[in-house]
Amino acid sequence: MLKGKVFKYGENVDTDAIIPARYLNVSEPAELAKHCMEDIDLDFVKKVATGDIIVATTNFGCGSSREHAPIAIKASGVSCVIARSFARIFFRNAINIGLPVLECAEAVDCTSAGDILEVDLSNGKIKNLNNGKEFTAEPYPDFMGELISAGGLIAYTEKRLGKK
Amino acid sequence: MTLIEKILAAHSGKKTLAPGQFVNVRVDMVLSNDITAPIAIKEFKKIGVDKVFDPSKVVMVPDHFTPNKDIAAAEQAKMVREFALEQKINYFEIGKMGIEHVILPESGLVLPGEVVVGADSHTCTYGALGAFSTGMGSTDIAAAMATGDVWMKVPPTIKFVYHGKLGKWIGGKDLILYTIGDIGVDGALYSAMEFHGRAIDELDMDGRFTMANMAIEAGGKAGIFKVDKKTLAYIKNKAKREYTVYEPDADASYANVIEYDVSKIEPQVACPHLPSNTKPVNKLSDVRIDQAVIGSCTNGRLDDLRLAALVLKGRHVNPQVRCIIIPGSQKIYMEALKEGLIETFIKAGAVVSTPTCGPCLGGHMGILAAGEKCISTTNRNFVGRMGSPKSEVYLANPAVAAASAITGYIISPEEIK
Repeated sequence: MLKGKVFKYGENVDTDAIIPARYLNVSEPAELAKHCMEDIDLDFVKKVATGDIIVATTNFGCGSSREHAPIAIKASGVSCVIARSFARIFFRNAINIGLPVLECAEAVDCTSAGDILEVDLSNGKIKNLNNGKEFTAEPYPDFMGELISAGGLIAYTEKRLGKK
Repeated sequence: MTLIEKILAAHSGKKTLAPGQFVNVRVDMVLSNDITAPIAIKEFKKIGVDKVFDPSKVVMVPDHFTPNKDIAAAEQAKMVREFALEQKINYFEIGKMGIEHVILPESGLVLPGEVVVGADSHTCTYGALGAFSTGMGSTDIAAAMATGDVWMKVPPTIKFVYHGKLGKWIGGKDLILYTIGDIGVDGALYSAMEFHGRAIDELDMDGRFTMANMAIEAGGKAGIFKVDKKTLAYIKNKAKREYTVYEPDADASYANVIEYDVSKIEPQVACPHLPSNTKPVNKLSDVRIDQAVIGSCTNGRLDDLRLAALVLKGRHVNPQVRCIIIPGSQKIYMEALKEGLIETFIKAGAVVSTPTCGPCLGGHMGILAAGEKCISTTNRNFVGRMGSPKSEVYLANPAVAAASAITGYIISPEEIK
């Protein structure tokens, strides 16, 4: 069970906002985390604690294909991202690196910044502890579920190629 | 089936495919660059294979922070170079290097009917050649380098039909900005965009590359064109291997059909901070600019430079504007030199750079200070995209960027006397 306080953002949070390209001359997760969300929320890095949850509206993670974006979010301690919708490359990248991403419009609409959410990844249940409301995220397609339970794309590929 | 469905079916051993289906797709080319390859290489090594699936089908291009902008960037480029040489894959060292999405088609590394995946969101550019190409992250590319295939969810296809004849100064950039302005930055989310119509038939290859390039700015998985005489002429002396031309079926099923009459549209400008925030150039008044950038994987091709030169010839860049022109490849640079375009640019007071993605992503070669504004032929105008989070980027075609460089404020080339 994940539990954390909510950082809430609006629509079209792009990957330049999540991690500006000027920091992409390195790829170490801890270095990237230092600048996560910097251009739209200078306080994020100061306030984020392990387990916290990002909630956003539509098209979260639009823009470039930089995997540095979900890596920076994950390394900053965020336990999952909940949005009405995700940009497709960001969604793929997040699944591949093991950052849980959930689509749930109702949870987004009924959650404010600073609320505490509980998330059960095994069944997609989301509970807002501030208003007591409960929601269920869109289930993953079967194939993606398989990918997640294998431990991500690299572990899945190792298994496919008989390397593990 | 739509064009994309045909290509994906052929690459996954299926007779038919429908949107929403998950398939394993054989890839013809796997791409990464100096920013995305380092993570891909690290992940590739974790899989436990020694060699990429086929060195002739893997390519790395150090184009983002190169020629190396600082020590950290140099370390990343070094890692890419060493891996590329060890694996004997396609690799473009400085001197041969150009912007990846310009040089792959130029070198015949992408052909009609192929499937290309790249760790760069603008990989969708090759749809101009009738290929299915799409961007993904480094880990997906690592797996594709190991296996030669990739999992894909078949996207629904939206058909866009552009009726009418294009006006003067109107090109692929205006059509795609107009489209994104209409449908929004997630208007084609998870979907393939298939481009049709008279205006498309008339568009030259460079304009089609521009349009396909920005499909991602509408959230698209791909932006694709049918192969025609112009496509075949483009690849004629470039193709070194067999390829297949696919056509969408007459009864293909589209998620939506969107039609535009483009005969009356004006040059488009996407205002800060979204590519969908578009306006006709004449609706902008007194937007003073500090910089003009002409180049990138969107508009760094020969036709783009010709257009900029047409406007700049015999004129001078406003003394308060920095005009930076970046040919997309060494070949284009050389052609521009032969045609006298480079001389036109330098005489006009512009600076000409070696090929690089540089300023487009706020990397180097033209970073903006707080409060500065730039008109740019690039593809994104997000907060902080070209430098300071307090700077602003306006997206436009090369003629508008060149005209604005002359006056110092955003203006239509039509207004330049």
